[in-house]
Amino acid sequence: MSRSANAARIATLSLGFVFLYAPIVILAAMSFNASRLVSVWGGFSTKWYAALLENELLLQSAKISFAAALLSAAIATLLGLLAAVALARFGGFRSRMLFFGAVHAPLVLPEVVLGLALLSCFVALGVGRGFLTLVIGHVTFTMCFTTVALLAALRGCDPTLEEAAMDLGATPAKAFVLVALPQIAPAMASAFLLAFTLSLDDLVIASFATGPGATTLPMRIYSQVRLGVSPQINAISTLLLGAVAVALGVSALVMQAGRRRGL
Amino acid sequence: MSGRRRLSLNQRLALAIPYLWIAAFFLAPMALIAKISLSHSVLARPPYEPRFALSDTLAAFWAKAQSLTFDNYRALVSDNLYFDAYVSSLWIAAVSTLVTLFVAYPFALAMARSPRAWRPFLIGLAAAPFWTSFLIRVYAWIALLKDEGLINTALMALGIIDAPLVLFATSGAVIIGIVYSYLPFMLLPIYAALEGQDPSLREAAADLGATPAQVFLRVTLPLSRDGVIAGALLVFIPAVGEFVIPDLLGGSDTLMIGRTLWNDFFANHDWPAASAVAVVLVAILLIPLLMWERARLREEEGRR
Repeated sequence: MSRSANAARIATLSLGFVFLYAPIVILAAMSFNASRLVSVWGGFSTKWYAALLENELLLQSAKISFAAALLSAAIATLLGLLAAVALARFGGFRSRMLFFGAVHAPLVLPEVVLGLALLSCFVALGVGRGFLTLVIGHVTFTMCFTTVALLAALRGCDPTLEEAAMDLGATPAKAFVLVALPQIAPAMASAFLLAFTLSLDDLVIASFATGPGATTLPMRIYSQVRLGVSPQINAISTLLLGAVAVALGVSALVMQAGRRRGL
Repeated sequence: MSGRRRLSLNQRLALAIPYLWIAAFFLAPMALIAKISLSHSVLARPPYEPRFALSDTLAAFWAKAQSLTFDNYRALVSDNLYFDAYVSSLWIAAVSTLVTLFVAYPFALAMARSPRAWRPFLIGLAAAPFWTSFLIRVYAWIALLKDEGLINTALMALGIIDAPLVLFATSGAVIIGIVYSYLPFMLLPIYAALEGQDPSLREAAADLGATPAQVFLRVTLPLSRDGVIAGALLVFIPAVGEFVIPDLLGGSDTLMIGRTLWNDFFANHDWPAASAVAVVLVAILLIPLLMWERARLREEEGRR
């Protein structure tokens, strides 16, 4: 590669990463700003973090968000696994097209539409909205992502191994659990993580699906942002970003270790 | 695969669980939305009259079926607000998709041409913001774009401008927000398409006398077509229905259909109008997508 092409490549990469990271870095820096104003640096301070620890509402919402994300990601991964198995292994069963379409449709549907539909359904059924309906909403909208991820993994599995297990006397279900499932375990983990992140980050579906008792963190942040920029939001954002960075670092280390073991 | 197969009992059980979930929480709600969009607004306002009561006699069901109206759709056509919101959503989404493409393509190309050992790190670095909160990333742009925000403060301190530029609460701010938030969706498919290209094709073109620009236009770009299309769909479709970005970064004059639906529902409590907006929005997005998919399948069959 010529020297000028190399310089252009490095310049493009630098510009791209500045665009991606500048807002995040500024946000994190502002969380340590003693001044309430965005454009004025009033010295280093951690007072917004201290204020955060006393903000019961915000902490309560964070708990609800994490609990809903854990539960809905677990359910969405299991449902996605069953759906992916049906699509990958059951051949051309009746109504396969309808099933395939319905599983994938939420992927291309605007969130406001799905949210509106879910809320209408809960009201029509007379179900009170709260934590349970929040989880149902999040499972419904993350399940299409887990299905797609697991379907790709299942299609990449070698079917002859399962056939060999069945020739040796295993039932199809047993062959699947003992042979295919370990092969797609990493995909299961990443599907769970994907669903967890989507749920934790979601504002629109949650606004429609939940009730007054179960306000999620994005809903709380959203309502506060609309009232005016608060340094406390900067502080909680920075904490969340830090948590994500640690999680990414740990998963990278785990993957490195796995690669070294020759997995 | 058109051949129908009978499933074993275990298979049926495994299929029934996700099927029931989808039927109860996706298909039924969508049907309900279509139904509500056909009812009178007064009838459908909360406290909401259940439309599918199991206790309904056939006569009552028929009476309800007769009360269906297309008024809400007529209102969508006759009220300029809705028409303008659809057009402006499609327009903002289209411009954002184009800008995202122009930002993402060189970025993806630079990553794909980087030393092999660096690529996983660069891709991880580009995808990492995607794993952080969407709302927080949009919110960060408020601090940058406001009149007393960092961009204006920096430009005034440097003496480039005297008065703050109006950046915040404009359609431009919405486009910046969409480009920023959806960049990974465009970047990753294009990178995947570029990374998989055989470098010997470019070398062959260069050996045959093509200039670097010609190599790009006639080899690299056409071969990355699928990545560009996938990225464009992944940005355009959610951008049309976007609610958060126009609500936080846009001004009161930035009309987008996701926000109109939200207002009809949460502020005006007009369920039938909101439902009609949703049905039309789905039709606008799905019909071209289905037509494109059919054309693609036909093209594939033609090649066989």
